[in-house]
Amino acid sequence: MYFDLALDLFPLLAAALAAVCCGLLGNFLLLRKQSMMGDAISHSVLPGLVIAFLIASTRSPLVMLAGATIAGVVTVVLVEFVKRFGKVEPGAAMGVVFSILFALGVLLIEKAAVRHVDLDAECVLHGQLETLVWYSAPATISGLWSVETLDAIPRQIITLTIILILAIGFVSLLFKELRLASFDPALATTLGFNSTLLHYLLMIFVAAATVASFEAVGSILVIAMLICPGATARLLTDRLRTQIVLSVLIALFTAVGGYFSATIIPGWFGRDTVNAAGSITVFSGLVLSLTIIISPSHGILSRMIRRIRLSSRVALDDLLATMYRAQEQAQAEMSASDISDAILRSKPQPLLNRAVKRALIQRHRGMYSLTEKGQRAARSIVRRHRLWEHYLVDQAGLAPDHVHETAERLEHLPPVPPAGPQTDPQGKVIPDDPQVP
Amino acid sequence: MPLRIPILFHANMQHSIQEVTDEWPRMSEIIETITFRAGYNTGMVIGGTALLGLAAGIIGVFALLRKRSLMTDALSHATLPGITLAFLFAGTFGLESKSLPVLLVGASVTGVLGVICVQLILHHTRLREDAAIGIVLSVFFGAGIVGLSYIQANAPGDSGGLNHFIYGQAATMRVGDVVLMGSIALVAIMATLLFMKEFAIVCFNDAFARVDGWPVGLVDLFMMALVVLVTVAGLQAVGLILVVSMLIIPPVAARFWTDRLSVLVLISGIIGATSGYLGATVSALFPRKPAGAVIVLTAGCIFVLSMFLAPKRGVFAHAIRRVSVRVKVAGDHLLEHVYESRQSTLTSDDFANFARMQGWSPLFQLLIRFALRRENMLGSKTRSEIRVTEAGLERGARVSRNHALWEQYLVSHADIAPSHVDWSVDMVEHVLSDELIHELETALRNQGVDFPPSLEGVG
Repeated sequence: MYFDLALDLFPLLAAALAAVCCGLLGNFLLLRKQSMMGDAISHSVLPGLVIAFLIASTRSPLVMLAGATIAGVVTVVLVEFVKRFGKVEPGAAMGVVFSILFALGVLLIEKAAVRHVDLDAECVLHGQLETLVWYSAPATISGLWSVETLDAIPRQIITLTIILILAIGFVSLLFKELRLASFDPALATTLGFNSTLLHYLLMIFVAAATVASFEAVGSILVIAMLICPGATARLLTDRLRTQIVLSVLIALFTAVGGYFSATIIPGWFGRDTVNAAGSITVFSGLVLSLTIIISPSHGILSRMIRRIRLSSRVALDDLLATMYRAQEQAQAEMSASDISDAILRSKPQPLLNRAVKRALIQRHRGMYSLTEKGQRAARSIVRRHRLWEHYLVDQAGLAPDHVHETAERLEHLPPVPPAGPQTDPQGKVIPDDPQVP
Repeated sequence: MPLRIPILFHANMQHSIQEVTDEWPRMSEIIETITFRAGYNTGMVIGGTALLGLAAGIIGVFALLRKRSLMTDALSHATLPGITLAFLFAGTFGLESKSLPVLLVGASVTGVLGVICVQLILHHTRLREDAAIGIVLSVFFGAGIVGLSYIQANAPGDSGGLNHFIYGQAATMRVGDVVLMGSIALVAIMATLLFMKEFAIVCFNDAFARVDGWPVGLVDLFMMALVVLVTVAGLQAVGLILVVSMLIIPPVAARFWTDRLSVLVLISGIIGATSGYLGATVSALFPRKPAGAVIVLTAGCIFVLSMFLAPKRGVFAHAIRRVSVRVKVAGDHLLEHVYESRQSTLTSDDFANFARMQGWSPLFQLLIRFALRRENMLGSKTRSEIRVTEAGLERGARVSRNHALWEQYLVSHADIAPSHVDWSVDMVEHVLSDELIHELETALRNQGVDFPPSLEGVG
């Protein structure tokens, strides 16, 4: 039995809600290059919580939430203050502010605690997912449909749900403004949106989401969820809408996947479960690493494949062009070693084989020559090369003996150079366009 | 698995939390502690932590100049999985799993790995530095927490000491640990002082350093290695969350006081050492005061003081300079106004009108009058008017003439329409130097442009 209503339902729900909430807001932090602000806020809500508690002497969620949110906003203001008036580099300003506030929190938490109660700031980091046990859970899923279920829902989950609904409302209502302010704050300001106000509003939401989440999942998961899902989605798409939807789905996926990795995998080796918040964090890191490698648009692998394809096409182009030029010099056939010298490749055989396979060149008694199809392809390349040379001399004003290198690069690219005269700057004939009969 | 019940969030806690008042130690105890006489162990811890603070302050300067402040945050968080892994696998290699050197080696390995990951993410994806640092920081730390919970639940033997690496526990360090920490700090200090020139050139102009033939990559790597050393050394005393602030806060605070690198390193080192010393002392005297937090707060106080009070770069100095410039400019305008209205006194009505037009607040008006009187530009004041002195009139004349000169110059040389020049002239007329005025006069004279006669004849 991998899923136990009593043990797993509420922790899983809390983790998923927190992940989605942070993942959603994290998109905008990421775009504004403010990801570390999430880190700073989640450190500095600690003194906010403790001070709110010391003043109000109650743990009521509203008081805690208010204290932490104020601390979050104070952090943002202080960082801005230190940055502007102290002329401190942004990263260092953030580091100074959040570590001082965090140290204050650590000290205050010690002060607030009775000696014999085991309180340490570690719970703030690790999260308390495992404590959300539902002792009187029904035995089956169908038993969930009752009023008792509503009563049993832990406070953390209710808080998280409210914050999530508010965050969704915030993002969908102000989507246009957020998008504008994220990509071009200056333009937003000139258009009459107060992008600073919007920024602070976002920060208030981040602070609220942070505190609502880390009651349940711990601050380290909050930081991870503010950054990782958004970053993962950013590597998969260039559209903001898609990115947001993807990031929410990824957040949900990592929460569920990470949670079950924590509860199930250790069991395979006969061990106790490990910390779920930590495991979700690691899981989100794994999802991100995987995306970095295999993302179709921005992944390392696909970029590598594109590069290899491009370089092999360039090599083929160069081979055909070389043979065409040799043909112009009345050398219709070339040996492998001639070609090797001409295209500066020590081992031309694989390239030659590929060209033969594509019926671009043919082999006859160890000598290679262009086929009909190769002829056409080569003419098109040489034509582009010489037209570019003409263009660079004629339009860009380069000296005729300086254009070859540039044309050598341009000839492989899709744009077709404008038509020109019959000969290139060196007086060589520009071949006709093979497409035109 | 043993559950840690969090007092703040646990819904069923019945008794409320009351504040615990720390018992103040006796005066003799305090004096003994701060003078290193409260026992061998305590003295060692205090000395070691102060040395660590010195090292962190010194090497932190270069991290700050290299804009790596937050990178060190990622580095220190990334040490946690290394500690847990070293604890888990030390036994397999026949090492004692709780020995500090083994744990610290593990910490350095994953710490460096974290930094490498940040670089890889920056190099291979389009994510920015902030995101890369945040990703590494949280994911590595999450892995460390998984490791810790695994050890707590499954591993045999006492694992309690591992938690100390997160928040630090200076007071419980053993002499051997302190010696290790102190010697790492000493090595870092010596290395930094030896390679100061190389570090400086790479920090201030790495492109030049590269052209000049310095092994920039190597020097950079060495700097990072020293940061790793200091971070790892500080783990046990200060804890991995706060050790980074020993690297960040002292140099940032010291930066307010000086523009010279050598002085910066010195001040930053002193701030670091002072905070380390105080932190360890307080933590030795009050058992519930964690050294890391006290160290950071001490450094934080020094930072706040520096930021506000530093004589040249401080916030107050800055504000005073700005206000005094504004007062001077406003005073110039006032005298110019008096000169141009061809009077030698300023009636109260006139002053009130002028102030309203300029939008001066009552406080600002007072400041202007005070400043002008102190410079003997304004003389005695009766009920309805203020006398303007000779010097005041002369200043007014000078400002007025500068205004006219610059206006002429803009119209005849900078092709600005006559109706548009006034505003920018108002800002510039106060800062024209004598040489510049002379040059303007020559230039305008050569052009045959009319300008007001020299002031020699004016009262």
